[in-house]
Amino acid sequence: MTEHDALAGPAIRPASRTLSGRLVSALNRTPIHIALIIIGVIWLAPTIGLLVTSFRPRTDIQSTGWWETFSTLRFTTENYEQVLNAQGMVGAFVNNLIIAIPSTLLPLTIASMAAYAFSWIKFPFRDSIFLLVVALLLVPVQVAFIPLLTLFRPFGFTNGYIAIWLVHTAFALPFGIFLLRNFFITLPRDLIEAARIDGAGDIGIFRTIVVPLSVPAIAAYGIFQFLWVWNDLLMALVFVQDNTKFPMTRAVQNLLSQYGTEWHLLAAGAFLLMVVPLIVFFSLQRYFVQGLLAGSVK
Amino acid sequence: MTEPAGNLSSMATPGNLKPGDRDGRNWRGALIFFGPAALLLAIFLVFPTIYTILLSFNRGRRGEFTEWLGLDNYVTLFTKDPNFINLSTFPPSGAVWNNVLWIIFYTGFVLAFGLIVATLAARVRYEAVIKAIVFLPMAIAATALAVIWKFVYAPDANIGLLNAVLGVVGIQPISWLGDVSFVNASLIAAGTWASVGFATVILSAALKGIPAEIIEAARTDGAGERQIFFRIILPMVSLPMSVLAVTLIVNVVKLFDLIYVMTNGGPGTQSRVIGYTFYVEGFQAGLFGKSAAIAVVMLIVLIPIMVFNIRRFRTAAVV
Repeated sequence: MTEHDALAGPAIRPASRTLSGRLVSALNRTPIHIALIIIGVIWLAPTIGLLVTSFRPRTDIQSTGWWETFSTLRFTTENYEQVLNAQGMVGAFVNNLIIAIPSTLLPLTIASMAAYAFSWIKFPFRDSIFLLVVALLLVPVQVAFIPLLTLFRPFGFTNGYIAIWLVHTAFALPFGIFLLRNFFITLPRDLIEAARIDGAGDIGIFRTIVVPLSVPAIAAYGIFQFLWVWNDLLMALVFVQDNTKFPMTRAVQNLLSQYGTEWHLLAAGAFLLMVVPLIVFFSLQRYFVQGLLAGSVK
Repeated sequence: MTEPAGNLSSMATPGNLKPGDRDGRNWRGALIFFGPAALLLAIFLVFPTIYTILLSFNRGRRGEFTEWLGLDNYVTLFTKDPNFINLSTFPPSGAVWNNVLWIIFYTGFVLAFGLIVATLAARVRYEAVIKAIVFLPMAIAATALAVIWKFVYAPDANIGLLNAVLGVVGIQPISWLGDVSFVNASLIAAGTWASVGFATVILSAALKGIPAEIIEAARTDGAGERQIFFRIILPMVSLPMSVLAVTLIVNVVKLFDLIYVMTNGGPGTQSRVIGYTFYVEGFQAGLFGKSAAIAVVMLIVLIPIMVFNIRRFRTAAVV
């Protein structure tokens, strides 16, 4: 599919060659422009409102709406200082990294290897097992919670990060195997056969041919998985039980239950949670969109 | 929907023949490459799924599974728990009903808005900008989306944007998330807002797949914009629309974060959904058997979609 061009591509537009024709089509499009401007405002205003609020002094937030800021233009970074220091968001940010990096690299490695097995190694029941993996794609994470907690809690499984790393990794595998296998089988067979004739083993072929040629697919999967873990609340609620190890989603949720209407804290906290995903979105938009689109089956 | 159509032909050809491999089967390679994934999938997905099904027949109070109940958990859920499903009133209520509302309105609105935005954006030069703006919420955690929308819905017209806008036309402030008659609509609106970009990007790619000549030809034959939309564009995007609908329904079945952060299922229990009920029954009330039964209900709801996906995958593979 053409998801690469998904955010930027040629448009279907009636061709108009004459000046009057162009004028007529421009006039015809006025309602379209108005509709699109309204859509743009509806999709930007809520987020911008929170961003503006995160920089407003507490007293201003309580007395006037954020849309009135533009008449006063009083801004402060105090909300962020307070959330970062007093509310422990610095620690939560670090925890997010500690949780998200292994929970991305592990499935990336393990799913790539499995996808290689499903594409280029012959073993019994391979195609049936692959269909089972496709079926596992939709298994809701909830079915794993109770057995894993009751069985592993006695081993202190949930006091550290091991539980959440492993659960995130396992639940990322069906999608990763599915996505990467579908990419790997499109690689040129001749190239792989030639390497085999030259005496390369599976490990060599995987490392020197398959992985380097599959960087776009692996990157898309990696970005999707990283953001998935970064933005996750449910798994962190269940599998991270030491409150010094909480990620930012839990920190923001705690802020909300403690200070339900202290918008200066909530706005700053929510924005800190959004910073990394927004950076990824703006810098890696192409891979990001691909990953998300492919991830839609998850 | 976006997987490159796999081709089965490469599955059918012999893989790597090595001395010592019988029948061209590479056991050692399979073990090295698929072994770790197989182990994790078995421990963390397959085994827990079976075990959860078993536990759903037990009371499992506070995580101790000593009291076997047969189908009691299911009977309780569907006949004695008005918070799960209550069919005695009209309209019905309960978590299952709320999920039905979500499936109808969230899926419907996301598809409709997605198609509208994709169609309109295709006609202007700033298409990429509009699509990026609408797509942006996809990057954001549901927890942050919940804060954004709680802020929009704030009952105080000096804080909440929605009440401020309505105040301009003389409407009194409404407690969007605190009022039983508005809470589900407000949540569904926030969820829709967050997902329209996803539908837009997919449908936009589908629209670009329609050959321009077909549309040109229709136009030359005197077809109006409306006719072109309903007779050509809509039928040609019906397949991506149906795949999208399936994905959105799966989202709804698994829905949790947004509800948990925005309303905690409230006011009372009015905005609970299945995924939220699973969490509170097990992890807050300590009724792990009932919670397991809810997880099994979620699984059963998703099984037809699994079958659909496998069928679709197999068809795509043959083509």
